[in-house]
Amino acid sequence: MSVIEASGLTKTYGELNAVDGISFEVAPGESFGLLGPNGAGKSTTMRMIGGTSLRTSGSLTVLGLDPELNGPEVRAHLGVIPQQDNLDTELKVRENLILYGRYFGLSHAFLKRKADELLEFAQLTEKADEKVDNLSGGMKRRLTIARGLVNEPKILLLDEPTTGLDPQARHILWDRLFRLKEEGVTLIVTTHFMDEAEQLCDRLIVMDHGKIVAEGSPASLIKEYATREVLEMRFGSERNASVVSQLEGIGARIEVLPDRVLLYTPDGEGALERVAHVGLRPVTSLVRRSSLEDVFLRLTGRSLID
Amino acid sequence: MKGLAAVYSGNVQAVIERGFRVIGNQNWAIILSGFFEPVFYLLSMGLGLGGLVGVVTGPGGQPITYAAYIAPALLATSAMNGAIYDSTWNVFFKMRFARLYQAMLSTSLGPLDVAAGEIFMALFRGLLYAIGFLGVMGIMGLTTSWWSLAMVPVALLIAMGFASLGMAVTSYFTTFQQMDLINVALLPMFLFSATLFPIEVYPVAVQWFVMAMPLWHGVELMRALSAGIFTDATAVHLSYFVVMTVSGVAFTTRRLRALFLR
Repeated sequence: MSVIEASGLTKTYGELNAVDGISFEVAPGESFGLLGPNGAGKSTTMRMIGGTSLRTSGSLTVLGLDPELNGPEVRAHLGVIPQQDNLDTELKVRENLILYGRYFGLSHAFLKRKADELLEFAQLTEKADEKVDNLSGGMKRRLTIARGLVNEPKILLLDEPTTGLDPQARHILWDRLFRLKEEGVTLIVTTHFMDEAEQLCDRLIVMDHGKIVAEGSPASLIKEYATREVLEMRFGSERNASVVSQLEGIGARIEVLPDRVLLYTPDGEGALERVAHVGLRPVTSLVRRSSLEDVFLRLTGRSLID
Repeated sequence: MKGLAAVYSGNVQAVIERGFRVIGNQNWAIILSGFFEPVFYLLSMGLGLGGLVGVVTGPGGQPITYAAYIAPALLATSAMNGAIYDSTWNVFFKMRFARLYQAMLSTSLGPLDVAAGEIFMALFRGLLYAIGFLGVMGIMGLTTSWWSLAMVPVALLIAMGFASLGMAVTSYFTTFQQMDLINVALLPMFLFSATLFPIEVYPVAVQWFVMAMPLWHGVELMRALSAGIFTDATAVHLSYFVVMTVSGVAFTTRRLRALFLR
């Protein structure tokens, strides 16, 4: 049975359809991604799952319950990691975990043990009695995630989990999230980072303007909407557009961005040789594997990060 | 309005527990400062100004000292100010900057649990101040009736009225400039609600306006209790705050719902 079932889910703010009739299901233990640019409707969808945003129409069940009618009961099984940390700065690190657990009605005896375990998990044991304000950005994020685990949730909602973190902090966080996944926690992740989606998600939906534009595993989406490799070339901003006619026929598809030309092809090195053959000399060139970024570009004609 | 299950989980105690933990982490000097404000007013105005004013007419027409005249009014004002501070500035900060309520409402707590818990904490602070101030009044010999002990629960009732309404009003504010409007409303109310002199000095129309304001009812209630002299109006004053509290709590819950369950 699915842990989340959405059908025709719609949220309207005045004239704007923030979420426009989306349908999806999430299986237990699955790691499910909502991918799209800012304003695509990802966070609104997350809030509706948590019952803190009321849907305009459509149906939604979380663990078999309607989050709108049984908000507290549904949230008892959810761990919510908001986009911006909202730790309690008037409490110390450990107290943040304990009191948050109290909001779920959990006992002090349970929380004492759980807090120690989560501090360990978040690598914050030495910081237990620090003020929250004294933590670094990465530590705050880890504490926020640890806090979201205090009620041993069946579903963890992560809204842009690593936005604003440096690469090292991101990798630590991803490692922690992998462990949760291994323990069987269902992860729902919104992100506008392609590498994050590829790292974390078994399956994802690509959203744009409140609608689902594609659905599948990262690998299958890349296979379906992009070629195996991409040749990125820079000819200088004036020339990028004008060289396109000469590149025709070399790759499967060409995308011209303001700063570079992308050439989709199964064999990047081979394509680069052929580019040299027709007499073009790119200022820089790079062969890489296709990513979800390319899928998004193909589907919407825009890149993810404006 | 959806069912109660969507807004209330019966776990107000967790919100209160947090409040006490925060007090435990705080500097006690800051908490005590709230107690001294009305005491300073009482000393400067009651004793200082009171020396110039002499004896005035108290409840039931009996002569009392000026300090005994204003002390109950200062207690009512202190209950108002404490409750307003906790339910406006404190709530404003937690709502707009600390995003505490957003965090609380992503747990099993509902908006009603949060509102009730926060109002309780505002009342707890008010309780401490009211007991302290009543003690000072007792020491200064400004109470003439055992009824004055009832000023403590009545201070809580006044605080509850202001706190519940204050929280709802704060929910509309998004900037610090708007928050300043609260002081614009409170200061004149303190100065003109029969706190420092009787309202009979005003034209009748102004008197009616003052009598529509909540603080006037609080002042009259406290003054009656300090002397132990009651009239039919006392019941009206009490009812005023009961109605204010009930509608304030309903209003606040609605607003929290509108803000956090969009």
